[in-house]
Amino acid sequence: MSSLTTSMAQHLIKSVKVFLRFCRRQDDMEKDDPLWQPLTGAAERSFSAVEDLKSENETRISPKIIAQPTRGLVDEKIYIRVSNLIPNKKFTLRCLLQSEDKDLWHAYGHYISDDIGVVNVAEDVCLGGSYTGKEPNGLIWSLKPVPGSRPALRLRKQNVFIPFLLNISVHNGHINDDFKDACSLALTVMERWYIAPGVSRIEVRENGIHGTLFLPPGPGPVPGILDLWGGGGGLVEYRAALLASHGYASLALEYISTGKKSTSLNNVDLKYFEAALHFLKSHPKVSNEQIGVFGLSFGTSVALNIAANQNRISPKCLVCISGSHSVKIDGSLADVFADIEINTGKSKIDENNHVIWREFNLPRLADPSNKVKVGNIKCPLLLIAGDDDQNWIAVESAKDMENMMKAAGNEHLLTTIIYPKAGHLIEPPYSPHIRFSNYIILGEKQKVVMLWGGQTKEHSFAQEDSWEKILDFLYLHLYSSSSKL
Amino acid sequence: MSFFGECKRIYSEEMKTRISPKITAQPTRGLVDEKIYIRVSNLIPNEKITLRCLLLSEDNDFWHAYGLYISDDKGVVNVAEDVCLGGSYTGTEPNGLIWSLKPVPGSRPALRLRKHNVFTPFLLNISVHKGHINGDFKDASSLALTVIERWYISPGVSRVEISENYIHGTLFLPPGPGPFPGILDLWGGGGGLVEYRAALLASHGYASLALEYMSTQNTSINVNNIGIEYFEAAIHFLKSHPRVSSEQVGIFGLSFGTSVALNIAAKGNRISPRCLVCISGSHAVKINGTIGDVFTNLKEEGGKIMVDENNHFIWKELILPRLADPSKKVKVGNIKCPLLLIAGNDDQNWPTVDSARDMENMMKAAGNEHLLTTLIYPKTGHLIEPPYSPHTRFSNFISAFNQEKVVVLWGGQPKEHSFAQEDSWEKILHFLYHHLYSSSIGLSKL
Repeated sequence: MSSLTTSMAQHLIKSVKVFLRFCRRQDDMEKDDPLWQPLTGAAERSFSAVEDLKSENETRISPKIIAQPTRGLVDEKIYIRVSNLIPNKKFTLRCLLQSEDKDLWHAYGHYISDDIGVVNVAEDVCLGGSYTGKEPNGLIWSLKPVPGSRPALRLRKQNVFIPFLLNISVHNGHINDDFKDACSLALTVMERWYIAPGVSRIEVRENGIHGTLFLPPGPGPVPGILDLWGGGGGLVEYRAALLASHGYASLALEYISTGKKSTSLNNVDLKYFEAALHFLKSHPKVSNEQIGVFGLSFGTSVALNIAANQNRISPKCLVCISGSHSVKIDGSLADVFADIEINTGKSKIDENNHVIWREFNLPRLADPSNKVKVGNIKCPLLLIAGDDDQNWIAVESAKDMENMMKAAGNEHLLTTIIYPKAGHLIEPPYSPHIRFSNYIILGEKQKVVMLWGGQTKEHSFAQEDSWEKILDFLYLHLYSSSSKL
Repeated sequence: MSFFGECKRIYSEEMKTRISPKITAQPTRGLVDEKIYIRVSNLIPNEKITLRCLLLSEDNDFWHAYGLYISDDKGVVNVAEDVCLGGSYTGTEPNGLIWSLKPVPGSRPALRLRKHNVFTPFLLNISVHKGHINGDFKDASSLALTVIERWYISPGVSRVEISENYIHGTLFLPPGPGPFPGILDLWGGGGGLVEYRAALLASHGYASLALEYMSTQNTSINVNNIGIEYFEAAIHFLKSHPRVSSEQVGIFGLSFGTSVALNIAAKGNRISPRCLVCISGSHAVKINGTIGDVFTNLKEEGGKIMVDENNHFIWKELILPRLADPSKKVKVGNIKCPLLLIAGNDDQNWPTVDSARDMENMMKAAGNEHLLTTLIYPKTGHLIEPPYSPHTRFSNFISAFNQEKVVVLWGGQPKEHSFAQEDSWEKILHFLYHHLYSSSIGLSKL
């Protein structure tokens, strides 16, 4: 009795047939045998054998993923459509990115193909994964570190001249987070850029200023923006590069050096920022009138201090995100931070050991001597905050600023947008929402995990919506209002 | 502040009276077949301005296009909606600044714009100038400028040099596991290895092999050694590639490449392409022996070669007499796959329209005309390239088989020819998708 199973026997017979066909001489072929036509040369015969085996094993053409824009700016919406899928089946779409720090980030969504085998992310409902519902851009804003990653990461671009590479893949079935054994049916790649073609990057190290200037192409003059980040320090360029891609000469300014000791902050006071503004104004390609200040977190406090300070460097407008007027800069920043840090001992720790700074700053609002005299501000001010900001008292500050400006009679300059369930780090659109991340507290050298707050979906909406409003605000006050002069 | 700082400040304040206009040009980094969107704002309202597009080719020639516009009440010019009053094009032409590119005044004559390295983009400088400038921008400084990139290849597509089994070419593979449909990409009698269309097709999901079959430099690609088997070997190569579907391989030909495609498809052996795209070619070129033989026959044909008043060669009547002789024509009645035939009725290089009609008749007689789709474009010339390629009515040409440098008249008028490129490409992509991607659903095995 044969020990071969029926299927093994069938397979064996099939293989033998293929082999025999391969060996048979051409003369013996039946002329209407579809596999064998008159051929010349042994090469063709071996090719045909390979093709025969291939068509035995091949099932169907791979699905086709269209992902656009192929090389877009990071604030552009995406369009993803998969076709040539088997109709009415479960599929998972995945977006995978490797950061410059070598961490892998991903987002994924569960879909069902329609009757013609198509999934259209802009129109179809995502049934689960990193996001749900109809979310055209969900695959980028819901990016999170892959399982097993180092904890408390934040995705930030260092070199703006290299794009983020997004791998968009489609997989059979509804996969939950673990893609280790999931081969993709199809894959495509998109680039996401922080800088448009033609924008130049210039390192600025003069008059004591330490920063990077991004200049749009062309003869100018273009409006200028002083771009200020927060207490994390360092020289962060990507937002300035993006603003320059929208037509603003943007100076990313380093004012807290992460390399040096914190005693260097003794040399940084308001004059440092005024020197930076002056640098911008005097640049031959930058307008000497149309200069704005863009701040986030501590950068917002700086912006407010500059604007309220009655000197001749008056910005034309301010964008202030996630910050507070309750930080007055009278002397050096070292003094200012010392003043803040007196109270850091009162910061709270949540159940995950994440540090919450929000509450300890609240008392500052009660004391007028702590607060910038926002009643002196003479330029339009766009104030943006998230009501789940766990790091600063941004919402309370916004309300207090409104009251102060009402009392002073300049509240017509103020536009406030408070986003529900948005956290502290309101970044350019589609930046992954970071609810908490590693943070080195100034001068302490200790690494903590800071809670920034926010829920991913609402925070991502805040980033998308605020950026659009920011660009309109900047254009109105820095580009088009100059024609009224 | 220093004395010099003070001087710089005063100078700057006097000069910098108004913010520059703002040009929004998108996509910032698009594929060459994507439409463009150009909008200028912050201009003085109701003023004459000129928009210009400037490009430096890899051969270091400058190409430009320009349009004369008037800003509206808000100081905006929107190229997609506004009427261009003159320049390289007129009317509402959203993409006029790219398809009407021509060499700048004073350039070397008879140029053709072709991309050599697909891994660098074309850089287009879009600028806006005061007033209506007519062609001479030497002294015209721009009010504003922006830059966009135009790519022949999308991210993730790989380029593989192929020099095996005596095939010489470049394979462009889309990213991903496959299997992909394959395309054999064939250019014409100019020879060489031209990669940009294969790169673009790969960017649309097709494993595309740009094949060199007539070399001006590589002596191993000698037309006297190459016959139809060379192309069959190329198709075999594609079909056996692990990431290419052995069933879904098509052929894309232009000019002589079209004749090759028709010869292969009509041969009726197992090298059967799934579909054919045939641009600006003719079935009246039968390949019996080597390509060298084919060209020898062409030369001995005795058909008319004409020269126009500019000394440009008109070759379209060279093979016209063959259309009357069945023995000289590919038996298109034997073709078993869908065939998209594209031609321009101002083609001065090949008798493509007459050939198309004759093919139609032959296929009607043979009963396979349901496979044929013919597109004849009015005022369109021979070089029907991917969309927005500048229309080239004539250019320098060195035929790979006789090494003479002449100027050849290709034909076509810029506006209509550009429309043909735009329209045909869209139809080509649909055709390829229908026959190489979606029709495979019917073949899926359980």
